[in-house]
Amino acid sequence: MIGEGTKSTNQRRHNYVQENVEVGFFTDPTVCIGCKACEVACKEWNQVPDDGFTWSGNSYDNTGGLGASTWRHVLFVEQDRQKGNQIVGSHSLGNGEDPFRWVFLSDVCKHCEEAGCLEACPTGSIVRTEVGSVLVQDDVCNGCGYCVVSCPFGVIDRRPEPLADAGGAFKCTFCYDRQKSGLVPACAKVCPTESIVFGRLDDLRARAQERVQQLRQSGYGDAQLYDPQETSVRGIHAFFLILGEPEAYGLPAKPQIPTIHLKSAWTSAIATAVALSLATFCAFYFL
Amino acid sequence: MTNEKRLDELREESKLATASPSGGGPGYYGQPVIKPPVWTWEIPVYLFIGGLAGMSAVIALAAAIFHHLDVGRAAMWAAAIGAILSPILLIMDLGRPHLFINMLRVFKPQSAMSMGVWILTAFGACVVPGLIALELHAHQIFPGAFDQSLRIAAGILIFGSAIFGMLLATYTGVLIGATAIPAWFLHRVLLPIHFGVAGLGSAAALLEMLGHRIAALNAIGFFAAAIETALLVWLTMDKHGAADRAIREHRSGWLIRIGEILSGPLALVFRFFGLVPFAAISFLIGALVSRFGWIAAGKVSGADPESVFAAER
Repeated sequence: MIGEGTKSTNQRRHNYVQENVEVGFFTDPTVCIGCKACEVACKEWNQVPDDGFTWSGNSYDNTGGLGASTWRHVLFVEQDRQKGNQIVGSHSLGNGEDPFRWVFLSDVCKHCEEAGCLEACPTGSIVRTEVGSVLVQDDVCNGCGYCVVSCPFGVIDRRPEPLADAGGAFKCTFCYDRQKSGLVPACAKVCPTESIVFGRLDDLRARAQERVQQLRQSGYGDAQLYDPQETSVRGIHAFFLILGEPEAYGLPAKPQIPTIHLKSAWTSAIATAVALSLATFCAFYFL
Repeated sequence: MTNEKRLDELREESKLATASPSGGGPGYYGQPVIKPPVWTWEIPVYLFIGGLAGMSAVIALAAAIFHHLDVGRAAMWAAAIGAILSPILLIMDLGRPHLFINMLRVFKPQSAMSMGVWILTAFGACVVPGLIALELHAHQIFPGAFDQSLRIAAGILIFGSAIFGMLLATYTGVLIGATAIPAWFLHRVLLPIHFGVAGLGSAAALLEMLGHRIAALNAIGFFAAAIETALLVWLTMDKHGAADRAIREHRSGWLIRIGEILSGPLALVFRFFGLVPFAAISFLIGALVSRFGWIAAGKVSGADPESVFAAER
C-alpha cells in the first residue's frame, strides 16, 4: 500500500469538487525523507513570497513553523528513542546503548471539521469548500487578525509588510484552484515517497488505521494516529501518523475550538452589563 | 592530554548539548504551538475608549432620567466622541483598512468579533443622533411641538445608546476570552467583568474630571474601584500555573498588576480621603494600562508552547 507510484491517488485526476466528495491529506513520517519538496512545490504553485532565509540551528529545519507565507513545513524531530526495531548503537565511546531517532513530518493546515478560524471570521472571508476544506477568500479578507488567535494549531497568520499581498490572513488553500480542475494538491503531487497522500477522506482514514497497525506489528510501538476526533475540533481533514506524543511535533494533544468558551464568556458579559447598569441607576436614584 | 581523551570530552559535551529531545525546548524546539495576536496599540486603546464610551451612555440615561441634564449631556458627548474614535482605531489596526466595510457583510453570532462590530455600529447609530437631538432640545432651537418630538427622540436614542453601550463595554472580554490563547480563555469569566467595571469607572472618572462632582458619580467611582480591588484578589487567587503565567510574569504581568493597583486599591484610598481628582486620574490610567497588559499577556502566552500544553492538562 505504500509506494503505489503512478497508480497512487496522488497522480490520478479526479472530480471531487464537482462531486462534493470530502478529501484529505494523510501524512506518514515513517516514509518521509525530509526532502522539503512539498514546501517548494507549495511555494511555487501558490506563488507564496519568500519570507527570509535564517539558520535556526534546529536540526535541518530552517523553515521554523507554519505561517502566512509557509503553508507546508517539514519538521525534523530528534529524540533519544528507538525507532521501530532499529539496532541501537552508541554515539559516544562508552559501552551503553544510546537510542536516537530522527523523524521527519510535513505539517500543514489541518482543515478542521469544526474550524476555529472559520467560526471567528467576521467578514465571511473564510469558507468551507465542496471538498470539506477551509479556504480564505483573499479578496474578502480585511486583515482583522481574529482568525489568528482562534486557530488551536497556530496555522493561519496575517502576512506582514513588505511581502506581496501583505495585510491579509493566509494559510494552506488545499490547492482549491488545482482541485477544481481535477488536479491533486501540489505538495502531494510532488511527494517522492508518498509520505503525503491525497485522497477521499474516508479512504484515507481507513488507510491510516491500517498503516498504524502495520507499523505496530513491525516494532513501532508508539505509532499512533493524530486526528483529535474526541475534542471539540471533531477531527481534522489533514491528519498525521506520529511516533510518540503529539507535543514533540508542536501539536496540542487536545485542541479545542474557541467557540466552546462563548457561552460562559457571554453569560459573564451580559450579567455584568445588566448589573453595572442597575448599580448606576441605584447611584442616581438614591444620591 | 592525549587527542583521544580530548575527543572523548568533546563527544560528552556535544551529547549534553542534545541530551533532551529536539533541542531542549518544550514541544518542538520551543517553537510556539499557537500564533500570538497580531494586534498593535490601537486595540488596547480601543478597549479603553470603547469601554468608557459605552458606560458613559449608561450614565447618560440614568442622569437624564433622574434630572441631571448637564451630566447627561456631558456623558453623551463622551459617548459620541468614543463612538467616533472606536471605529477609527479598529480600522487603523486592520491589515487592509480599505476593506473595513466587509465587516458588515455578515452577521455571525458565533464570532465575537462580528457581534462586536454590530454592537459598535448600533451604538454609533444611536449615540450620535441621540446627542444631536439632546443638544437641539437642550438649547431650545426649535419651538413647540417639534421640540417635544426631539425630546422623545433623544430619550429613545439615549435608551438605545445605553443598551448597546453596556454591551460594548463588556463584549470585549468575550472577544479575547473566546480564543485559543490560554492566558485569555482561562479568564474568560473575569475579563468581561473587568472590562465592564473599568469602563464604568473610567466614564465616571472622566465626568468628574470635567467638573461634574456629584454624589452619584462619586458612588460609582467607589463601587468601580472596590470591584477592581476584588478582581485583583481574584486574579491573585485564580492561578493556572504555567498556563496563564503571562499575566504574572514578564512585562505583561507588571502592566496588569500596575493597572489593577491604580484602578483598584489606590483609587479606592484616594476616594476614601476625598481626593476625587486623584482617584479619577489613577483609575483612568489604571484602566488604560491594564488593557495594554492584557493584550501583552496574550502575545506572551501565545508564543509560549508550555502555556498551551499546561492549559490542556
